[in-house]
Amino acid sequence: MSSQTSVQENIYSVSTSPHIKADDTVQKIMWRVIMALIPAAAFGVFYFGLSAFINIAVSIAAAVVSEYLVQKVRKVKVTITDGSAVITGLLLAMCLPPDLPYYMTALGSAFAIVVAKHSMGGLGFNIFNPAHIGRAALMVSWPVAMTTWRTTEISVDAVSTATPLSVLKLEGYDSLVELFGGKTELYKAMLLGTRSGSIGETCTVLLVLGGVYLMYKHIISWHIPVCMIGTVAIVTWIFGPEGLFTGDPIFHMMAGGLIIGAFFMATDMVTAPITKKGQIIFAVGAGLLVSLIRLKGGYPEGVCYSILLMNCVTPLIDRYVKPRIYGTGGGK
Amino acid sequence: MLKSFRGGVHPPGNKSYSENAPIVKGPLPEKVVIPVSQHIGAPGIPTVQVGDMVKKGQLIARSDAAMTSFVHATISGKVVDIGEYPSSYRDKSIAIVIESDGLDEWAPGLPMERDWEKLDIEELHSIIKQAGLVGMGGANFPSATKLTYGPDKKIDTVLLNGSECEPYLTCDYRLMVERSKEIAIGFQIALKSLNVKRGIVGIEDNKPQAIEIMTKAFEGTGVEVVPLETKYPQGAERMFIKALTGREIPAGGRHFNIGIVGLNVGTVNSLYEAVVHGLPVIEKVVTVTGDAITEPKNVMTRIGTSFKDLIDFCGGFSKTPEKIINGGPMMGYAQAALDIPVVKGVAGITVLSKEALSYGEELPCIRCGRCVEACPIGLVPSMLSILGERHKFKEAKDEFGLLSCIECGSCAFICPSKRNIVQYIRHAKSQVPAAHH
Repeated sequence: MSSQTSVQENIYSVSTSPHIKADDTVQKIMWRVIMALIPAAAFGVFYFGLSAFINIAVSIAAAVVSEYLVQKVRKVKVTITDGSAVITGLLLAMCLPPDLPYYMTALGSAFAIVVAKHSMGGLGFNIFNPAHIGRAALMVSWPVAMTTWRTTEISVDAVSTATPLSVLKLEGYDSLVELFGGKTELYKAMLLGTRSGSIGETCTVLLVLGGVYLMYKHIISWHIPVCMIGTVAIVTWIFGPEGLFTGDPIFHMMAGGLIIGAFFMATDMVTAPITKKGQIIFAVGAGLLVSLIRLKGGYPEGVCYSILLMNCVTPLIDRYVKPRIYGTGGGK
Repeated sequence: MLKSFRGGVHPPGNKSYSENAPIVKGPLPEKVVIPVSQHIGAPGIPTVQVGDMVKKGQLIARSDAAMTSFVHATISGKVVDIGEYPSSYRDKSIAIVIESDGLDEWAPGLPMERDWEKLDIEELHSIIKQAGLVGMGGANFPSATKLTYGPDKKIDTVLLNGSECEPYLTCDYRLMVERSKEIAIGFQIALKSLNVKRGIVGIEDNKPQAIEIMTKAFEGTGVEVVPLETKYPQGAERMFIKALTGREIPAGGRHFNIGIVGLNVGTVNSLYEAVVHGLPVIEKVVTVTGDAITEPKNVMTRIGTSFKDLIDFCGGFSKTPEKIINGGPMMGYAQAALDIPVVKGVAGITVLSKEALSYGEELPCIRCGRCVEACPIGLVPSMLSILGERHKFKEAKDEFGLLSCIECGSCAFICPSKRNIVQYIRHAKSQVPAAHH
């Protein structure tokens, strides 16, 4: 052995095992979620135009700035680079009408960060999905602005075009099909996103693509999206307008904010149950609530409230639904 | 489908540092520090005094307790001290220090040749009890206790653990590749000692060569060699038993509650030496490895050799070491200094530089659930860590199965928030009053 590499007497680092850790970090997870949302958001900008873009930018900026300010006031470490505030801002904007006045967007976004996230203790401690709380706050504050829709920017009589779900609620299924000029056209519009709705909720194809990317990266699992969307499909099919089993599950699956909600908001790790079994209960519950609101409620759409309601139940689900511990019951 | 268990993680194996390095004879130390307690149970009481001359293989500490293990001199020379010395697992423990006379002479009558098939069970048990066998898989269970269970324990299956799921370590792999015949005989001795017919060998499928050689070695013995899925912690006793037999050790119980004895390949190799050649445990294979070791090796090391001597034998450090780990990086113990001795339970010394280790700022739990999926026991580690952090130890024990945790580290490995979950859990365990166990 050579002398320069000979062992020196030294004090070495000591800590509890394990001494190695997987590469994934909170930051990487958050930025991947953002990546997964970008295509659908970009489509929203392309389809709805400049105001959609400004709303997204305002929402993200308001989220990041308010997180920075809250953390300065709380005298804790500023964590705006972890990406979680960006997600909240982006998700909120994607669930807003494209022409919402920008100051409303900014207020909603700040409310989401300050009240829903940091008043609970910050990342990891919030009970409710912050973006959905922001949306709910805007909904009760400015109900008219929050339900003013249009399709494309260029369309002359576009303003105040109702969403497919409101048409369904107010005028019935036949008018809805008629409006789009046939079932195939309706499905095509729902699939590709060429319909009125919130900025980022319309393009089913790109949202599912983003969701599949997150599953591939093991950030979400199939349990919540499949169970939530599946439940809505089954219930809306059973309780159709013409009696039992006459509903249109294909339309309902792609309508409103179900796709974005099921893939990106119900799957929010912080506010969903931690076990797979718990997630299934959570998702089925959310799906039932969505169906109930759509079929019987006063609102045409209910994804936001359904997820928020199920968020309340998450701690309870986690308390009672736990994996079986090795060596206790059930095993041989 | 390969046999396996629920949960687990896939840390990088990093076996290539040492997997192709044949076992080499280690340095003859000038001095050995031999702790009298290298096992769970009663420590041995020294049978020699300072100033005595001893030969290697000579008994130097023993106890009459049911759970104990004898201790033998590992070099020939003079006993120069009996006192407290730094130890790898505890702060300090009583050790017998022997200074070499340079002759390395065996105690009278050693080694010998013995036909194990002619020994009856009583003779076998008596040999095993005196051989100083300790489980070499890391649990430090006194093997003599396991290997001499009577019919009252209703043992029906003996398992040989060749999974070696801990990253970096290759000592068991090398033993299987180089000493498969001896291990096969050692395992048959174990079956005979326990009067059991059913024996199964489990090896992770990332060691195809070991599977092939071991299968050949066990041909015609009735013992089955089963490939297991490569997944950490496949070698943990509870997971290994579940994968191979489908049985589970009841919570708070031991292997014998379900009629199973599990043995590590290193232990079985020593059992062969003890029964066939009359040699007590004076040495064992230690993998000296890691990115900061100049020449990683698998070294047949005398018990009591200091980590320093062993690392010097492997060319010293190739770069600045950050952690010296007794064992591998998943479950090993980081050591503050190098003056501690190799004991029977040391499988490897893993020396890692800062780059090979993971450091990250600890963030709040984001409830991603990866630890829940990874936990092989079925616990909710995130909750245990939070309860530990908030000093809610009783709740952790009563409602979240704190005491079932085997501290394998899968949760802390996978955690994206880099939470030191195992640390919180260990602390919580230590704070649960003994009366509540």
